[in-house]
Amino acid sequence: MSVSGPTVESNMRDLIAASRPAPNLHRSPLELRALKSGILTALTWIGALLASVPLFSVIYELVVAGGSRLNWETLTALPPSAFETGGGFGNAIVGTLVMVGIATLISVPLGILAAVQLAILDPDSKLTHTVRFLAKVLTGFPSILAGVFVYAVMVVTMKTYSALAGGVALAVLMLPTVVLAAEQAMSMVPKKMKDAAYGIGCTRTQVILKVVLPTGAPGILTGVMLAVAGAAGNSAPLLFTALFSNYYMSSLTEPTASLAILIFNFSGMPYDNQIELAWAASLVLVLIVLVFNVLARLVGRQKY
Amino acid sequence: MDRGFRGIAWASAAFILVLVVYIIFEIGGKALPAMSQYGLGFLTSTTWNVQTEQFGILPQIWGTLYSSLLALILGGVFGIAIAIFLTQDFLHSGLAAVFRTIIEMLAAIPSVVFGLWGIYVLIPLLRPVADWLHGSLGFVPFFGTSLSGPGLAPAALVLAIMILPTVASISVDSLRQIPYKVKEAAYGMGTTRWEAILKVMLPTASSGILAALVLGFGRALGETMALAMLIGNANQISLSLFAPANTLAALLASSFPEAGPVEVRALMYAALALLAITLIVNAVGLAVMKFATRKFEAER
Repeated sequence: MSVSGPTVESNMRDLIAASRPAPNLHRSPLELRALKSGILTALTWIGALLASVPLFSVIYELVVAGGSRLNWETLTALPPSAFETGGGFGNAIVGTLVMVGIATLISVPLGILAAVQLAILDPDSKLTHTVRFLAKVLTGFPSILAGVFVYAVMVVTMKTYSALAGGVALAVLMLPTVVLAAEQAMSMVPKKMKDAAYGIGCTRTQVILKVVLPTGAPGILTGVMLAVAGAAGNSAPLLFTALFSNYYMSSLTEPTASLAILIFNFSGMPYDNQIELAWAASLVLVLIVLVFNVLARLVGRQKY
Repeated sequence: MDRGFRGIAWASAAFILVLVVYIIFEIGGKALPAMSQYGLGFLTSTTWNVQTEQFGILPQIWGTLYSSLLALILGGVFGIAIAIFLTQDFLHSGLAAVFRTIIEMLAAIPSVVFGLWGIYVLIPLLRPVADWLHGSLGFVPFFGTSLSGPGLAPAALVLAIMILPTVASISVDSLRQIPYKVKEAAYGMGTTRWEAILKVMLPTASSGILAALVLGFGRALGETMALAMLIGNANQISLSLFAPANTLAALLASSFPEAGPVEVRALMYAALALLAITLIVNAVGLAVMKFATRKFEAER
C-alpha cells in the first residue's frame, strides 16, 4: 500500500487534470458578446472617419476653388463692384490684421495682469473665484453679443462704425481665453522656484516679473496665439462695429473692411467673380488662423 | 513699486467682473424700452414687421433651440464616439495624436468659411437626399417640405461639425481622468472592451460628458455667421428639417446693420433673450463640470 499509494494518487491527479480541459483564454469572435463588441468597434471607426470628412472637404474646396484665384492682384486690389471682373481684397487683409492687432494690444496686457492676480497674488479669494467663473462663462459668450455690446457703448457714442470699435469687440472675446491660459501656465510654475526667489529676499513683484512670467511664458504665449487665431476668424462681432468699406483704411475711426465680412457679403451674391473671391479670401483667412495655431503649438512645445 | 503692481493686477482682475456686469447692464438697459413696450408677449408672438412696429421672436427662439438640439444630437453622438476612439486604446498613441490634431483643426476653421462651404458644397449634396426623403416619406412631419436652398438641415449639420471639437475635447478630458485601475478591474472581471466602455468607463465619466454636451449646446445657441448664411432667415415655425428657419443670433446678424431706431430697440430685447439663454446654459455646464472634477479629486 505504502509503495503503490503515490502512484494511485498521481494517477488520480492525472485523471482529474485530463477530465478538465485546459482553460481557453481565447474568446470566439462569433459569441454574442464578442460580436457586439466587434460591431461597436467597427461603428466607432466609421464614425471617426466620417467626422474627419468635413475637414478634408473644406480644405480641398479651399485649395481648389480659392487657390485658383490667389495671386498678387487679389491680395492687393480693392473689392470689385457688381459686374466688374478682377479685383481683390487687399483692404480686407489690412483691416483684419489692424483690428486683431488692436484687440491683442488691449486684451493681452489686461489678461496677463488679471491672471497674475488669479494665479499668484490671491488664488483663493472670493473675487478670484468669481472672476475665474465669469471668465469661463465668457468663453461661451456668443460673439455676436460682443458686437451688440460694443455697438451700444462705442458706435452709438462715436456716431460712426470704426476699426477701433471692431478691435474692442474682438478684445472682449480674446480676454477670457488669455486670462484662463495665462493663469493655467502661471500656476504650473513649480512652487520651489518661487520659494527660492522669496528666500533670497525678492518682493512679490520681483518674483512675478523675474521668475513666474519668464517660466510661464511658453504657456502664456500659446494661449495668446490661440486667442489671436480665434479673433482673426471671428466675424460676427464686426458686422455692426467695423461694418465694411470698399477702400483702404485711412484712420482708425472709419468703417473698415475685414476678410470675414467680405466672405459673408460676397457669399450671397449672384456673381461668379465675387464667389471666387470669397473662396480666395477664405483660403487667406484660414491660412492666417492656421499660422497662429501652428505658432501656438510650436511655442507650447518648448516646455522643459 | 510692489504695492503699485499688485494694485494694477487686482484692478485687472476686477475689470473682468466689471466688464461682465457692464455687458449685462448695457444690453439690459438698451432693451428696457422695448421690454416695457412689448412685455412678455414679445417672446410668444410670431410677427417681425418694421412697418407696423410689431415684433415677436417666438420663431427665432424655436429655431435657435431646434437647430441647436439637432446639432447636439449629431455632434454629441460623433463627439462622444471620437472621445472613446481616442482614449480607449483603439489607436496607436502616435496616430491618436494625429487624429486629435485633425479634430482640433476643425475648431480652427472660421464660422464664415463653414458657411461658404455649406452654401456651395453641402446644400447641393443634401438636396437630392432631401428631395428623395420628402418624396417617399413626406407624411413624416420632419420631412414635410423639400429643401429649396438654405434650411434647417444644412444649418444643423454645419452646427454639429462646429460643436464636435468642443464635445470631443471635454469628453476626452473626463475619460482620461478615470484612474487606469478602474478599467483594469473591469477587464479583470472578464468584460469585453465594449462592456467595459459602456458599463464602467462611460458611467464613471458621465458628469464630465454631460458638461461637454451642455457646453456644446451653449456654443450652438450663440453661433452666428454660418447659421445666418445657411438657415434661410425665414420667420416661421416648422418641424420640417428642410424648411428655412431663423435663430436669434442670425436675426441679429441680418437685421442689425440696416435697422432703424425702432427696430434696434426690439433687436436689443432679442439680444437680451439670447444673452439670458446662453448665460444660463453655460453656467449649468460649468457647474456640472466642476461637480465632475470634484468627484475625482475626492476619490484620489
